[in-house]
Amino acid sequence: MLHIVACIKQVPDTKIIKMNPKTNTMDRSSAPAILNPYDSHAVEEAVRLRARYGGVVSVLTMGPPPAVKAIKKCIEIGADEGYMITDRAFAGADTLATSYALTKALEKIAAEVRPIDLIICGKMTIDGDTGQVGPGIARRLDMPPLTSVNKVVEVNREECFAIVHRKLEDGYEVVRSTLPCLFSVEKEINEAPYSPLPNMLKAARYQPKIWSVDDLPGIDRTQLGLKGSPTIVSSVWAPQKPQGGKLLDGDPNKQAEQLLEVLLARRELFAAVTETATGGA
Amino acid sequence: MSGFEDYKGTWVFIEAKDGDIAPVSLELLGAGRQLADKRNAPLAGLLIGDNVTKLAKKAFEYGADVVYVYDAPIYRHYRTETYMRAVLACVEKHKPEILLYGATSTGKDLASAVATDLPTGLTADTTQLDVEADTGLLLASRPAFGGNIMATILCKKYRPQMATVRAKVMKALPRQPGRTGAIVAESIPLREEDIRTKVLDIVRATTHRARIDEADIIVAGGKGLGSAAGFQLVHELADVLGAAVGASRDVVEAGWIGHHHQVGQTGVTVTPKIYFAVGISGAIQHIVGMQNSGLIIAINKDPNAAIFNSCHYGIVGDAFVILPLLTEAFRVALAKGELSNAGKI
Repeated sequence: MLHIVACIKQVPDTKIIKMNPKTNTMDRSSAPAILNPYDSHAVEEAVRLRARYGGVVSVLTMGPPPAVKAIKKCIEIGADEGYMITDRAFAGADTLATSYALTKALEKIAAEVRPIDLIICGKMTIDGDTGQVGPGIARRLDMPPLTSVNKVVEVNREECFAIVHRKLEDGYEVVRSTLPCLFSVEKEINEAPYSPLPNMLKAARYQPKIWSVDDLPGIDRTQLGLKGSPTIVSSVWAPQKPQGGKLLDGDPNKQAEQLLEVLLARRELFAAVTETATGGA
Repeated sequence: MSGFEDYKGTWVFIEAKDGDIAPVSLELLGAGRQLADKRNAPLAGLLIGDNVTKLAKKAFEYGADVVYVYDAPIYRHYRTETYMRAVLACVEKHKPEILLYGATSTGKDLASAVATDLPTGLTADTTQLDVEADTGLLLASRPAFGGNIMATILCKKYRPQMATVRAKVMKALPRQPGRTGAIVAESIPLREEDIRTKVLDIVRATTHRARIDEADIIVAGGKGLGSAAGFQLVHELADVLGAAVGASRDVVEAGWIGHHHQVGQTGVTVTPKIYFAVGISGAIQHIVGMQNSGLIIAINKDPNAAIFNSCHYGIVGDAFVILPLLTEAFRVALAKGELSNAGKI
């Protein structure tokens, strides 16, 4: 039976978060905690693969206790099982320490619940913006990491392979990998998931398995949290404000006229445009 | 900080693509040159691919002193497994103090894997780089928390210090024809049958005008346009100008336009000759993706919008009124040949 684990994270909604201008820290109370949008696509893809091939979809997260809510959201999308690791020892982890802790939890799931065929991560989180945790997990588990996946062509558990499209800057490549492997997926891989009512009812009552550091066998505490993190944030600062440009005044007609003058004065910028606009392409 | 004496020099992973060096790698050689000079140390390129040794010449002309080359058919297509093994071997053998990668899909994939195996710290999507001349500590700065602030990230206890760097942020040095350096040919034993991934095909997208990173003119729209219907005004101006259409993250997430059009920290970094920002408030996450454009024109009805701090010319006004006027004015100007030049067909 195909076992897919999606790794997910609860994040502050960085689009609406307010910063404290004096300390340059986030005012966490200003933003709701949400399931990382990229991860919702990872869970949705896992659910779609289960629809194609059968199997079980698990989700795993590391976070403070309220992150249970993000797991419930994944149950709404259609995940079968949820796992969470939570412990003060995990706090302050950078991407290396995070991938270590999640790997330990994945090893426990694989050993005690059922073997894992495929791990799916979102492209990145919106609070960290790195995309480094997925490949990190893959390396630690010695699975091929397949990043930038925007289409899953086939997952074949019997013959132990998967074929995907990896997005490139100017197209995509078709890659075949052995299973087990790890995908980190682009948003465009599927439409934003919706939550069928029966799933919502299930989610309301659902309680994930929750593990602390002591529940993870063979874990090396020196590789966890802040002290297990090679990178540190030395300073945060408000981006320098550019001095700004010249405002074009007057009524809309006057404004449009002035802008046209500006551009006519620099018409050399339009050299390439003229070709395109006249069908040179 | 002991045991770091062996780690010297700044390296740039040189991405080879279609028989040439990717532009981002030349930019990183420019940035890396400054770091290396500050440390009075060499700048090296790390070049991996099939039939790529000839590209070393160009790396020297753009600032490299040394180029380590892994040139073998097994590296024909980028694969994490093969490239990572080459980088790990080279780092172990020659011990750089700093290793930079372009924040491309290849660079990010490779750097993440290498950082895990070494292990060492890795800062993603850096937009500013500096180094402490006396200690060699890399100051890697990047927008953080969705671009609301900038953060400087350090890696004090591990070497090499690694960062991926946004494309089109750093400046390549002017080419110095005839400048040369040392090619160091390297190899490691890799057998195709041991590699678990195969690239079956590469498909280049040919969608016309979707390539905002190559466009000379971009008309970009934001949430201020109110709806997908309002966003249509952006398309109309772009059509007249033969421009590509860009968008803020909000707009892409709202589904008004596809991901390929997103400009900013989590989208594409663009440097067109002319950038129109229409109804875009100017969050730093957007600004970092377009601030190096040649001429930036902002149109927004909020006079306090941050975008006005980052533009060359601003119009405070209603996009629904201004945009059709501009579109028509440009149409007339183009028809009259006022915006043409000798190159016009």
